[in-house]
Amino acid sequence: MGLKQNLHNLREKYKGTKMAPAFNALHTFLYTPNYTAQGGTHIKVADDLKRTMNTVIMALIPCLIFGMFNAGYQHYLAVGEIQAVTNGFFSSEFWNLQNFILGFWKILPLVIISYGVGLGIEFLFAVIKGHEVEEGYLVTGMLVPLIVPIDIPWWMLIVAVAFGVVIGKEVFGGTGMNILNPALTIRAFLFFAYPTWMSGDKVWVHGAVERTKEIANGSTADAISGETILGSLAQSHPVDYSVMDMFYGFIPGSVGETSTLLILLGGLFLIFTKIGSWRIMVSAVLGALVMGYIFNVVVDAGWITETSKFYGLMSTEFWHHLIIGGMAFGIVYMATDPVTGSQTNKGKWIYGFLIGFISIMIRVFNPAYPEGVMLAILLMNVFAPTIDHYVVQGNVKKRLKRGKLKTA
Amino acid sequence: MSNDIKIKKGLDIKLKGEAEKTTEKAVVSNFYTLRPDDFHAVTPRLIYKEGAKVKAGEPIFHDKTNEAVKFVSPVSGEIIEIERGAKRRIVGIKIQADKEQTYQDYGKLDVNAVDADIIKAHLMASGCWTFIKQRPYDIIAKADQSPKAIFISGYDSAPLAADLDYVLQGKEAELQAAITALGKLTDGKVHVSVGAKSNSPLAGLSGVTLHKVSGPHPCGNVGTQINKIDPVNKGETVWTINPQDLVIIGELLLTGKFNAERIVALVGSSVKKPRYFKTKIASEVATMVYDNGVDQNGNDRIISGNVLSGKQIGPDGYLGYYSNLITIIPEGDDYEFFGWNKPIFDKISNSRALTFSWLTPNKTYDLDTNMNGEHRNFVLTGNYEEVFPLDIYPMQILKSCLYEDLDEMEALGMYEVAPEDFALTEFICVSKQPHQQIIRAGLDLMIEEIG
Repeated sequence: MGLKQNLHNLREKYKGTKMAPAFNALHTFLYTPNYTAQGGTHIKVADDLKRTMNTVIMALIPCLIFGMFNAGYQHYLAVGEIQAVTNGFFSSEFWNLQNFILGFWKILPLVIISYGVGLGIEFLFAVIKGHEVEEGYLVTGMLVPLIVPIDIPWWMLIVAVAFGVVIGKEVFGGTGMNILNPALTIRAFLFFAYPTWMSGDKVWVHGAVERTKEIANGSTADAISGETILGSLAQSHPVDYSVMDMFYGFIPGSVGETSTLLILLGGLFLIFTKIGSWRIMVSAVLGALVMGYIFNVVVDAGWITETSKFYGLMSTEFWHHLIIGGMAFGIVYMATDPVTGSQTNKGKWIYGFLIGFISIMIRVFNPAYPEGVMLAILLMNVFAPTIDHYVVQGNVKKRLKRGKLKTA
Repeated sequence: MSNDIKIKKGLDIKLKGEAEKTTEKAVVSNFYTLRPDDFHAVTPRLIYKEGAKVKAGEPIFHDKTNEAVKFVSPVSGEIIEIERGAKRRIVGIKIQADKEQTYQDYGKLDVNAVDADIIKAHLMASGCWTFIKQRPYDIIAKADQSPKAIFISGYDSAPLAADLDYVLQGKEAELQAAITALGKLTDGKVHVSVGAKSNSPLAGLSGVTLHKVSGPHPCGNVGTQINKIDPVNKGETVWTINPQDLVIIGELLLTGKFNAERIVALVGSSVKKPRYFKTKIASEVATMVYDNGVDQNGNDRIISGNVLSGKQIGPDGYLGYYSNLITIIPEGDDYEFFGWNKPIFDKISNSRALTFSWLTPNKTYDLDTNMNGEHRNFVLTGNYEEVFPLDIYPMQILKSCLYEDLDEMEALGMYEVAPEDFALTEFICVSKQPHQQIIRAGLDLMIEEIG
C-alpha cells in the first residue's frame, strides 16, 4: 500500500533526528507501529495507551455535544427568546439547531485552543527531551473546555493550558509521572489567577459579562443572570430549577459538567470497558452522600439557623449534591485519573471516599467559591501516595510477620 | 486441611495450534548446541577445547565460581565449535553427534542406602544438579543451602503448553527415584501439584505432598503455587524442578546414564500439524520445524518455550535446556491502519475498550508478535492485579526494581518471585513495559548486592 510504505520510508528517514518524536506521533496516529515484542512475552494484549485514552474521550463526547446545546439554550433562555423546557430530556426547546449553532461556535474555539496549545507544548517537550509524545493530553485536552465557563477569554485559556501542561506535567517527566491532575491544575490556575472569571453569577451564561458591561455603559437592556445552583444556594437565593432539570443538565454551569444523566452514562461506559475505576466512583459517591447527610442531620437537629450563611447548602437534600455543580463530572472523569489517583485497590476506596466527603465539606464551607470537587481532588492527589504507602505497608508487615513466625 | 489450590485471578490465553496427542520420533539431529545463557548467572569455564571427543553425560564445562556443578554433554560426539560473543563470552558450545551414542557411566545409586551428601555429589558430577533451581533469584540451586521445601508443578497452564500428564506417561519409576532422592535433600516437604482433573503419574508417588490446582493461568506456575502453599521468607530457600527433568534425574539414578531425551511439543498457529516429538536437550530444531509444515520462507518466530516466557531462537536455533515446547507464531512486523481506535475482534484483550474478546471466552486466537502499541510510562493501575494471583503488589515491586531500592524490593517480596511470574502482567500491560526484564534485572542486582 502506497501510503503505508511512504510513511515507513519517512520514519526511517527521520529516525534518530530531533524531529523523530513529532513525526512518530503523527505516524502512529494513522498506523499502529510495526514493532514486535522483543525479549519478554512474544505476544501482547490488543490495548495500548492510545486506545485507553480514546475510550475516555468517547465517554466525554456526549457531554461535549450536550454542552454545545446547553450553551445556546442558556443564552437564549436568559435573553428571553425561548421558553424553559417542559417535557423531559428530549424537549425540542433544548435540542434544536439554533441552540447548537451558538454553542458550537462558542465551544469549538475552546477545544481547538486546548488541544492546539497543549499538544504543541507536548510536541515541543518531546522533541527537546527526545521521548515519544504521550497520549495523556488527549484526555486532558478534552476535559479542559468542558470545565471552564463558556465566555472565558481565549488568552486566559492559553496561559492556563501552558501553565498546566508545563508545571502540572512536563516538569515531572510527562504522562505517568505527574502528581496533580493536569486538567484540574489548569482550572485551579484560572481560578486563583482570574477569580472574577471563574465564579459569581455573570460568567456561566454566554453574553452575561458583555451585557453587564453594556449596562454599565448606559444600556437599558435587562441584565443576564447566570447564577449556578450552587451559587444560589450559597447566597441562600431561591433555586428555580426542578430536580429533573438538574439531572438532565438544563442548568447553567461549566460547559460540560451540567448533565448528570450523560455523565452517569459515561461513567457506566468507563466501568464497563474497565478503563475507569468503579471503586473510586462508587466510594466517592458514598463519601459525598455521607457528608451531605451529616449536614442534613445538623440542620434537622436545629444546630444551625436559617440566618447562617451555610444554611442554604447545608439544608440541601443530601443526594441533590450529586446532581448539582461539578460533582458528578469530577468523580467520573477526574478522580479516576490513574496516574494521580490512588494506585492500590484498597487505597482507591479510601481515596474516592475522601474526595466525595471533602468535596461537599468545601462546597458548604467555602464562601468565596461554592464548589469543592476541584480542590478536593487536587488535595487527594497530593495524599494519594500517602494512602498507597500505608496500604502497601500492610502487605509488607504481613510478609515480615510471616518470616518471624517461621524463625521463632 | 485441604491441599487444593484454587485461584481466581489470572488469564487463560487460548491460542491456535495446540499439540495433538501423538508422539513422533524427531529426525535425529546431527548438531547440538548448549547455550550458557540458559543458565542464568553462570559463567562457564570449559573443560574441553574444540575438537575434543565427549561421551553423552560427560562434563564439558563448569561454573567459574563453583567447580563441583558440572554441565554435561547431551550426546556423544565431537565439540566442533565454541561460539563466542562480545568480550569472548561463550555463547554456544556446538557438538556434532556420533552415529552410535556412547554414554558416560555414573553407576546406579540406591538412594535409600546413602546420605544426602552422596546424593548431592552424584547429581552435581553427572550434570543433573543443573535441573534444580532455587528461589530466591531463580538460578541454579546453591548446594550449600538446604531448602525448606521443594516444589514441582506437574501442571502447565501456559498458552499451548505441553500436556505434562501425557509426556510423563509411563515414567513412574524414574519420577519416584528422583523424588526419593530429592526428599533426602530437604528437611521440609516435597510439594507436587497436578491439575484438578488430571491423571498425572505424579499423583501416585510416595514421599510427596500432593496439591490439586485449578483456575486460570498462572495457576500452573510454580511461583504461584509456592506463594499459595509456603511462601519464601527472607533467609529461606526453596527449590523447584520441572517434572520432565525429574525423569532424567531418575533415569540417572536407576541406570547410571544421563539420557537427555525429552518429549517436546511443537505448537503454534504457524505449525501445520502440531504434535509431540521425542528429541534431546539442545537439539537443533530446524529439521523438526521445517519437516512439519512450517513455511521455510515464512515470516515466523520460533520460540523455545511458551509465548509468554520462552526465548526467541532463529531457524538455526536449538532447543533450550529447560524447554519442553517449541512455539511458532507469525511475526507481526507490519503497520495496522488506525489500529488504536478501530474495534478489535481478532486479538485478546482484558479490557472492553472496543475490544471484543470478552464476548468469546472460548475462541482460540491466532496472535502475532506485534506490540500493538508503543512503550510508555506506567499509567494504568489496577489491571495487573486482575491477572496476578500472588500476594504481592505487582506495580509497586516493578517500580522498586526500576529505581533500585533494595530495601523496598526485599520488603515487597522479591525473594518470592521469578521473571515468569510477571509474564501475564507484561502481556496485558497497556504501557508495553518489559516486566520480566525488569524483574530479572532486579534479581540480578540483589544477587550482586546481597548475594
